[in-house]
Amino acid sequence: MPRAAGHDVAIGVSGACKSFRIPREATHTLKERALHPLRRRGFDEFTALRDVSFGVRRGEFFGVVGRNGSGKSTLLKCLAGIYGLDRGRILVDGRMSTFIELGVGFNPDLAARDNVIMNGIMLGLTAREAQARYDEIIDFAELRDYQELKLKNYSSGMYVRLAFSVAIQVEADILLIDEVLAVGDASFQQKCFDIFNDMRDAGRTVLFVTHDMGSVTRLCDRALLLEHGDVVLIDEPDAVANRYLELNFAREQVGIEEAEGPVLEVPALSAAPIRARRAWIEDEAGELVTACIQGQRYVFVTSVELLAELDEPAFTILFLNEHHHDMLVATTAFDRDGAAHYRAGARVDVAVAFDPLFRPGRYTCTLIVGHPGIGQPELTRCENVLSFVISGPYATGGLTDLPHEISLRGTHRRAEQAIPPA
Amino acid sequence: MSALPADTPPLEMPSKGQEVTGPSAFSGGLSRFAALTRTMAVQEFKLRFFGSVLGYVWQLMRPIMLFGVLYVMFTVILTVSNQYLFGVALLLGIVLYTFFAEATGTAVTCVIDRENMVRKIQFPRMVIPMAVVLTACFNLVLNLGVVFVFGMISGLRPHWSWLGLLPLLAVLVAFSAGIAMLLSALYVRYRDMQPIWDVALQITFYGSLILIPFETILREGYETLGRVMLVNPLAAVVQEARHLILGSEYLSAGDAMGGSLFLLAPLAVAIATFALGLWVFNREAPRIAEEL
Repeated sequence: MPRAAGHDVAIGVSGACKSFRIPREATHTLKERALHPLRRRGFDEFTALRDVSFGVRRGEFFGVVGRNGSGKSTLLKCLAGIYGLDRGRILVDGRMSTFIELGVGFNPDLAARDNVIMNGIMLGLTAREAQARYDEIIDFAELRDYQELKLKNYSSGMYVRLAFSVAIQVEADILLIDEVLAVGDASFQQKCFDIFNDMRDAGRTVLFVTHDMGSVTRLCDRALLLEHGDVVLIDEPDAVANRYLELNFAREQVGIEEAEGPVLEVPALSAAPIRARRAWIEDEAGELVTACIQGQRYVFVTSVELLAELDEPAFTILFLNEHHHDMLVATTAFDRDGAAHYRAGARVDVAVAFDPLFRPGRYTCTLIVGHPGIGQPELTRCENVLSFVISGPYATGGLTDLPHEISLRGTHRRAEQAIPPA
Repeated sequence: MSALPADTPPLEMPSKGQEVTGPSAFSGGLSRFAALTRTMAVQEFKLRFFGSVLGYVWQLMRPIMLFGVLYVMFTVILTVSNQYLFGVALLLGIVLYTFFAEATGTAVTCVIDRENMVRKIQFPRMVIPMAVVLTACFNLVLNLGVVFVFGMISGLRPHWSWLGLLPLLAVLVAFSAGIAMLLSALYVRYRDMQPIWDVALQITFYGSLILIPFETILREGYETLGRVMLVNPLAAVVQEARHLILGSEYLSAGDAMGGSLFLLAPLAVAIATFALGLWVFNREAPRIAEEL
């Protein structure tokens, strides 16, 4: 792969470093300074960006992802020129506009016109351009009837619509977008994403900061993963999304490992006859793992302690996705042969082995203990006994990725007819 | 999708284009600076003008009330001066002082008040204190109109010499702008600037010949004190403005100080204050967003 020539690059960042000084004590007054002129003021140095380098090609939709506190917002603000870099350079080729927040400079006590013009100038329009585009903006926002109203009397939906309409009026070759833009109800979010898509199709260069992996895989051509101010990975969105999920999960798993013993004091019914003590995942080699790769075989084990004598209990493990859909229900309720009598204090490991073909994402397990058979009341239910992440090569949008084959049948001619030319 | 393979070599820097250097006092060009300052000042002015039912009346209330109290106290009950049209002279002084107090007093917290903007978008930081000063200028023009109406009623007639007020006001605006820049930059670091400046404004009121005119000080035999007070640009502007509007019964600032050459002192103070404010704000501007 040949190196991209310099003229193909819209944004170049080289060796960017940024740290903040956080004063140990808040000496925010002149009086303090005057009373203690010799006291050295201590600072904690917090490094938000450490030697970050990357390039964004012209026309590329580039994602910047990372957990909270990973430095992605700092990077965005440095690119936007709100913070200055300590070291390193940022070069931008083309007119750039930044959307870190909608409606910057909106004043609730003024009517739409004043706010639109102020905000437009803030975003880089000239005063004349802002005046000339006012009609277009107010019509796009569908707020013509309310333009005399003060902004404080707007509903939040109207407010966002107005702000968004101003934002998209700014014609820039390069856009820096923060994920907070896509707030609001689902239909507004969809509108935002439609516009992002249009921007991409129009050949604009977009740098998009988010922690929503869904939008990264949906929108971005490439993505950068930040962690503690370091660049972890610059790659295709799917690879970055997987790595992100792993990173996210690894941290939480550490928390569980550290606290051995009664880890899972999961609140259960007061007279709960059991207590879930520990849960883990083994791969085929019997090693403990923290994240699952889609399609490989794993054993999900929940260790349970019985607090009371139980006759023929049925153990059920629910695998739930983020939306609390039951993706898989593994139960011993129909297994009459395995039924047994347990003394108080007995320990049982409930192990479920299967190939998780769920779509990449986060999953949790819920343990239910009941009596065998259908329609029997639950004895107890322990939620979130285990939580894990599945990573996979791509996201189809389906809830599962069951093995399947897809093919196109018929003659070539029919196929050509069926698919209209793009 | 132009997805690239995983082993993509790092991209080069753009062969042309501009460097992103971070925020500063004037970044982004002077025309953008001017447009933003104007828009922000007009907005602020509108807010106060149309913000309430009585609007502008409230704006006038402060100087008028102050004037009313002082006028009754010091001409009817206690006589500090029985010069020609002392009422007009007093009102003129109060209006000029009100401008100074408004421009600098509002400027102290102005950067913090606009915190949301400063943290979220790149724009020339200098816009914020300058818009405050500009808003105060709008009010000054309206208040001066009231002074002229009051003067006319009292028997003054317009005169060409009144145009001499314009360079005077320019000096006053420069002086106020210098302090506005200084205070707004310092307040980010030192939050007790506000009470400190409140006290300073009180002292300025009594130290700027607003209430007790220079002639009274002279009559009481404190000539040197009066001259030292005139080094304060606000005092010099007030004295000279009274001379221009009300005629020779009020000494010109130059005569009061004992020679026009002495006027260089208040002028130098005004220019130095402006330069200092500019320098300090310029130095602080790049980091203001981080220190809020």
